[in-house]
Amino acid sequence: MSVSDLTPLSAPGGSTVRAVHDEFHGDLLEVSMGPHHPSTHGVFRMIVTLDGETIVKLKPVFGYLHRNHEKLGENTTYLASMPYTDRLDYLNSMTNNWAYAVAVEKLAGLAVPERAEYVRVILAELTRLLNHSCLAGFLMQDCGCSGTPLMYAFREREKILDLFESLSGSRMMCNYQRFGGCRVDPSADWLAGAQRLTDGYGAFLDEFEALLTGNEILMARTQGVGRLSSALAISAGVTGPALRATGVAHDLRKVDGYGVYPRFDFRVPLGDHGDTYDRYMIRILEMRESLKILSQALAGLPGGPIMDPKAKLRGFRPKAGEAYGRIEGPKGEIGFYLISDGSANPYRYRVRPPSFINLTILEDMCLGRTVADAVIILGSVDIVLGEVDR
Amino acid sequence: MIAVAPTSDRFLEVAPLQLRDWFIGLLPQSLRWITSGLITVVAILAVFGLLFAYLTLAERKILGRVQNRPGPNRTGWFGLLQPFADGVKALTKEDVVPRDADQVLHYLAPVVLVALSLLGFAVLPFGRHLVPVELDAAVLYFFAAGAATELAVFMAGWASRNKYSLLAAMRALAQLISYELPLLLSFVPVVMLAGTLSTTEIVTAQGGWTGGWIPHWYVLTPWGFAGFVIFMIAALAESNRSPFDLPEAESELIAGHLTEYSGFKYALFFMAEYFGMCALSGMAVTLFLGGWQAPCAWLEFIPSYAWFAGKLLVLLLGFMWIRATLPRLRMDQLTRLAWKFLVPLALINLGTAAFWSLTAGWTGPLQLVRWAVALALVVTPFVVMGRRLTAGVAPRTYRYAAS
Repeated sequence: MSVSDLTPLSAPGGSTVRAVHDEFHGDLLEVSMGPHHPSTHGVFRMIVTLDGETIVKLKPVFGYLHRNHEKLGENTTYLASMPYTDRLDYLNSMTNNWAYAVAVEKLAGLAVPERAEYVRVILAELTRLLNHSCLAGFLMQDCGCSGTPLMYAFREREKILDLFESLSGSRMMCNYQRFGGCRVDPSADWLAGAQRLTDGYGAFLDEFEALLTGNEILMARTQGVGRLSSALAISAGVTGPALRATGVAHDLRKVDGYGVYPRFDFRVPLGDHGDTYDRYMIRILEMRESLKILSQALAGLPGGPIMDPKAKLRGFRPKAGEAYGRIEGPKGEIGFYLISDGSANPYRYRVRPPSFINLTILEDMCLGRTVADAVIILGSVDIVLGEVDR
Repeated sequence: MIAVAPTSDRFLEVAPLQLRDWFIGLLPQSLRWITSGLITVVAILAVFGLLFAYLTLAERKILGRVQNRPGPNRTGWFGLLQPFADGVKALTKEDVVPRDADQVLHYLAPVVLVALSLLGFAVLPFGRHLVPVELDAAVLYFFAAGAATELAVFMAGWASRNKYSLLAAMRALAQLISYELPLLLSFVPVVMLAGTLSTTEIVTAQGGWTGGWIPHWYVLTPWGFAGFVIFMIAALAESNRSPFDLPEAESELIAGHLTEYSGFKYALFFMAEYFGMCALSGMAVTLFLGGWQAPCAWLEFIPSYAWFAGKLLVLLLGFMWIRATLPRLRMDQLTRLAWKFLVPLALINLGTAAFWSLTAGWTGPLQLVRWAVALALVVTPFVVMGRRLTAGVAPRTYRYAAS
C-alpha cells in the first residue's frame, strides 16, 4: 500500500496526519483490529494504518451487532419496546428504561408519583456506579493490568446486580420502568440493602484509587493521551463524562433538572485536559457524587404509590404527536424520539445512543498515537456495542 | 574427568553428589564421563521442569487470590494436578500452523527458545558443591545465552506472518537492545568488587557474617542494592514479564508473537518464559543475594541448596506480585526508562562501587563517611533522574461546575 492510496479523512475541522514517504519511512502497515480482539469491547473493528506503531489513519467499522432495534420499536406496542431497551446498552438497562419511559410519559402526558421518581434516581445512580466501575476496570485491563482492577470492579458490580435482581427479577435485563412509574415497589429490606451498598462503596473507591490513581505507569500511559478539545467535543455532539472531561459543564441532571434531581445536593466534576486520565478521573469523581445523591435519595424516599393510578398498561394509545425524552445516562445523553399517530405502536422510534455519538471522534483522538494508545483511548470513550449498532 | 563429591562437608551438603557418584560407580569406566554429564542435565530438567509446572499453578493461584477468586481448584486437591492436566491438554490439542507462515522458522522458534533459556542454568551455583559447569567467565556466558532468547521471540514473530506478531517482533528487538545494557551494567560492580567472572567465586566472596548476624551479601551495600534493583527491573524486561510484557501485550497485540501458536508449541513459550525468569532470578540470587549462603551463622545447618531455592522462590513470588499489580508501559516509555534512567544510574553505580572498593580499608568513624558518601551517590541520581523521568506526569486536582 502506498501513501497515495491513503485518502485523507477530511473531518470538519480535523486534519489527517499523513506519512511522508521518504527513506526514513517504510511502507505503511494496515492492521484490522477486531472484530475479534480482546480490547474492542465487543464486536468493534478498527482498521488502523500504521507507520511503525504510529497510527496515521483509523477507520472504525461497526454494525456487527445490528438488530434492527428502531424498526422493531415501530412494529411493537409502546410497552413491548421496554424490554428491548434493556438490550441497547446492556450494562445500563435501568437508565435505558428510564429514558424511554420519560419519552413516552412526555408523549402521553403522564405524571409520575414522587416515590417512583426517587426510586428512579436511586436506580439510575446505582447504574452509574456500576457502569463507571466497570469502565474503570476495563480501562485498566486495556492498560495491561492482569485483571486485578477489573476483578475488584466486578466484585462491586455483583453487589449492585444482586440488588437489581432482587428488585426486578433480572440482573442485567431489568425491564423495570413503566410509563407513569415503576413496576414493583422496593421493600424495606431492599432499601436497607441499597443503603449498605452505598455506605460501603466509598471504601471500594478508596481502595481502587489507592491502587491506581497515583500510579506513575498509569499516569504516564493516560495523561496527555487521546486529547479531545472542547470545541470538537461540542461540535461532534459528545456527551457524558467524555464531554465533561474537556471542561464543558453539561450534565442533564443539572441542565434539564429532570425528575427530582434539583432536590439533591451534588456537584459536577470537570476536567481541564480532555485526555484519557481526565476521562478516567471524572468517572471516579462522579461515582463519589453519585454516592451523595444515593444517600440523600434513600434518606428522603417518600411513601405513596409507585405507579400513577391513572396510567394504563393495556390498550395504551397516546394521542398523536411527538416527544423527545432524554436523561443523563452513565455514558452520556441517552434519548428517545417518538412520533405517535394515535395507534398502539409508535410511528417513528428513534434512539439517541451516547456510545455511538461519542465514538465518532475516535480517529481524531487516535491520530499520531500508537496502537497501545488507541486501545486505551477506545476504552476511555466507554462504548457498548449493543448501543452503537442497535 | 569426573568431579568427585568432596568428603569434608556435612552429609546433606554432599548427599546429591554422593548419590550420583554411587550410581556412576555401578557403570563401566567408558560410560562414566558421559553419564555424569547427563545426570546433571536430567536433574536440572527435572527440577526446573517441575518447578515450571508448579510455578504456573502458583502464579494462577496467587493472581486468583489477589483478585478475589480461588484460582484453579478442581484438578486434584487444591488444584495440585492442574499443571499436568494443562500439559495433557496442550499435548493433545491440534497444532495449527498458518499456511503462509515460514514453516521452518515457525517450528524452530519455540524449540530454540526453550533450548537457549535452559543454557543459563549450566553456570548457576545451586549449592556449595552443586555447580553444573565451572566456568571462569560464567557470568559472561550466562548473559550471552540469555540475550539469544530474544532472537527466538523475533523468529516467532517474523515467521508467523501475522501483523500482530510482526509488531511484537519489532517490540521484542527494541526491548532487547534497550534492556541488555542496564542488565549488563548492573552487575559490573559485582564483578569489580569480587574480582572475578566466575559465579562460584562471586558467591564465595559474599560469605561470612558481621557478628554472626549480618551477612556480607552485596545487596546490603549501597551500590549492591542499587545494582540489585536495576538488575531486577531489567530482568523483568528481559523475561517479557509484566509490566514489560510488550511483545505479548494481550490487550493490544492479542498475544503478539504467540498469536499464531497453538498446542504444545504455545506451552513451550511459557516454559521458556518461566525458565528465563528462574535463570535470571537465580543469577540475581548469585550476584547480589549471597547465592547459597545462609543469612545468619547459626542457620548454616540448613543445606546450602535449600537457601538458594528459598531465595529463588522469594524473587519469583516478587515477579508474580508485580504482575498482579502494575499496568503495562508503552514502547517509548519502556525505552525511555532504560536509556534515560536505568543506564545512567547503572553507570553512576559503577563509580559508587569503585569508591566502595577504594575505601575498603576505612575503619571507625570513617566507615560512617564511607556509607554516607555511597548512599548519597546512589540516592541523589535516583531522585534527580526520577523527577526528570516523571516530569509532566502528576496527580491532578479537579474543579467542579458552579451550580
